Amino acid sequence: MGNPNVGKSVVFSRLTGANVIASNYPGTTVDFSKGRLKLEKEIVEIIDAPGTYSLEPQNKAEEVATKMLDEADIVINVLDATNLERNLYLTLELLEKHVPMVIVLNLWDETKHVGITIDYEQLQHLIKIPVIPTVALTGEGIKQLVSSLDHAAVNEEIKPTSHEGRWIEIGTLIKKVEKVEHKHHTFRDRLADITINPFTGIPFSILIIFVSFWLVRQIGETLITYLFNPIFEIYYRPVITSLSEFIGDNIWYTIFIGTYGEEIIFEESLGMLTTGLYVPIAMVLPYIIAFYFMLSILEDSGYMPRLATLVDNIFHKLGMHGHAIISVFLGFGCNVPGALSTRALETRKQRFISATLLSIAVPCMAQTAMVFGVLGRFGVLYLALVFLILVSLYMFLGIIMNHYVKGSSPEIFLEVPPYRRPSIKALVKKTWMRIRWFLREAIPFLFLGVFLINILYHIGIMQAISSLFSPFMNTLFGLPGEATTALVIGFLRKDLAVGTLIPLQLSAFQLVIAVTMLTIYFPCVATFSVLLRELGIKDLIKSTMIMIATALSIGVLLRVILLGLP
Amino acid sequence: MIKNLLQLDKIPLKKFVSVQEINGGYGLIQKLQVMGIRKGQHIQLTSKQPFRGPITIKVNGREITLGRGMAKKILVEVID
Repeated sequence: MGNPNVGKSVVFSRLTGANVIASNYPGTTVDFSKGRLKLEKEIVEIIDAPGTYSLEPQNKAEEVATKMLDEADIVINVLDATNLERNLYLTLELLEKHVPMVIVLNLWDETKHVGITIDYEQLQHLIKIPVIPTVALTGEGIKQLVSSLDHAAVNEEIKPTSHEGRWIEIGTLIKKVEKVEHKHHTFRDRLADITINPFTGIPFSILIIFVSFWLVRQIGETLITYLFNPIFEIYYRPVITSLSEFIGDNIWYTIFIGTYGEEIIFEESLGMLTTGLYVPIAMVLPYIIAFYFMLSILEDSGYMPRLATLVDNIFHKLGMHGHAIISVFLGFGCNVPGALSTRALETRKQRFISATLLSIAVPCMAQTAMVFGVLGRFGVLYLALVFLILVSLYMFLGIIMNHYVKGSSPEIFLEVPPYRRPSIKALVKKTWMRIRWFLREAIPFLFLGVFLINILYHIGIMQAISSLFSPFMNTLFGLPGEATTALVIGFLRKDLAVGTLIPLQLSAFQLVIAVTMLTIYFPCVATFSVLLRELGIKDLIKSTMIMIATALSIGVLLRVILLGLP
Repeated sequence: MIKNLLQLDKIPLKKFVSVQEINGGYGLIQKLQVMGIRKGQHIQLTSKQPFRGPITIKVNGREITLGRGMAKKILVEVID
């Protein structure tokens, strides 16, 4: 346990070898993770808890942390050595509980840079609890931490006291163990000033976001053109060709490869081994790699809380506060972690609004990649149009919900960590973890999706649905009846849903309508189940009604504006 | 000595001030003090967002962003 953003998750990864996401902003971990550590005689379970400033929780994530305490046999209290005074407050609260404890002074290497000297042996002597300095990122001190677990201790002398009482105790401790030298302004301090001051910070943030998105697009496209597409065309196509000769003309051919006798087009054939593999790997994965690499840089540098500060004013008008920008960024990768991260917001109103807006107006990278692939060929302006519609919706619905959703929206109160240079090793590892997660989640669902489409077509249900909805789709949204397939498949995977639009030969404006509606109307099943857990059934029904109503109205509105009256 | 108390968002950027009073209930005082914002603490204003946006302060070398409403409840005195 420990304050937010002190490196608990890094210590946890070091101890257990388990992979958890760690970043440089408070509130990265919003749920607990469990892992195992092998000691000499036994195997123990280690739990990584979300950070909290005290045992009186301020949000859902902190509640999770304080609840974990009841389960613990030993507490490993992780502190940020560069911010000892404030971190000790939670330490004292924990000590008052008389649970056996070990204290970890993490970020030990940073103390030298900021001119702080801590006599950790003296601290250990004074509070009678093992104190271990560590640099979790490099693994320094982790061995000592493991062997200290046997000596985890309780200090019976520490009795529960008032807030004031704790600060007085901390004051005496600090005087005895810590020396602070004044350091001159560094480059990091100047960068911190420039990026948080509105006059320089706002242009800087626009530049950062623009450059990030541009880079994601460039890197993604380059990977597709020069790596993934050639691999599929040169190495995979011969395999599929000989396989298709082997299978012959039957239902299996339809399911695995596509329509018999037609040329195999990876994007359109709709077989599990053609489109089912090509969409996730050759069309989506390159963008996922590019996006998560850029996101990891933003996360690990410590820029996110500064961005949260700059956009706070806007988000406050939408019934949330600046911290919600983190859910938006995570949601651009995948809505599942995006929805989970709303736990860092304080009230039900804030969580409801941010989760609903996330599902409506933030397309995940898998879907965005497909939209780039499908709509991008008509020109970048059409892409801009889709995003413009989504941003306007985010704002518009936010203002409305702020007005009508009951409850309060407290102001932002957020720690802004110092800038840190992201370590390449950590970036690569984090990106790789997220890619692996994507592949594990996406490929089974895509296979299932392709399989279902084929079965439904085979027994004629899809055709029935298409012709049933054809007049409705046509009049209201200017789309062919077959586009209904996309809406059905969108429950499973939105990337595949966009993919099913390719063979329909839609015009650019029709595609704009279809992909915008696909984003808004309903979250995919994975996000839906997270929302159910986070919001509860009642709020989820409300949220879903808002989504469907918005999708229908926007669909009709766009049809009239872009295609004219029927 | 008569103290010249100011609301935290009214002080000039970069000047050191000391916290004198927090006009709030138990919840607010608790929330602020676990982040180190408590009576007697020296803090510095590092940025102000326009249109009544949040302010950023430096406490013990660490930056914290807080809403304007909260800032107005923190009364401080400028240190020479």
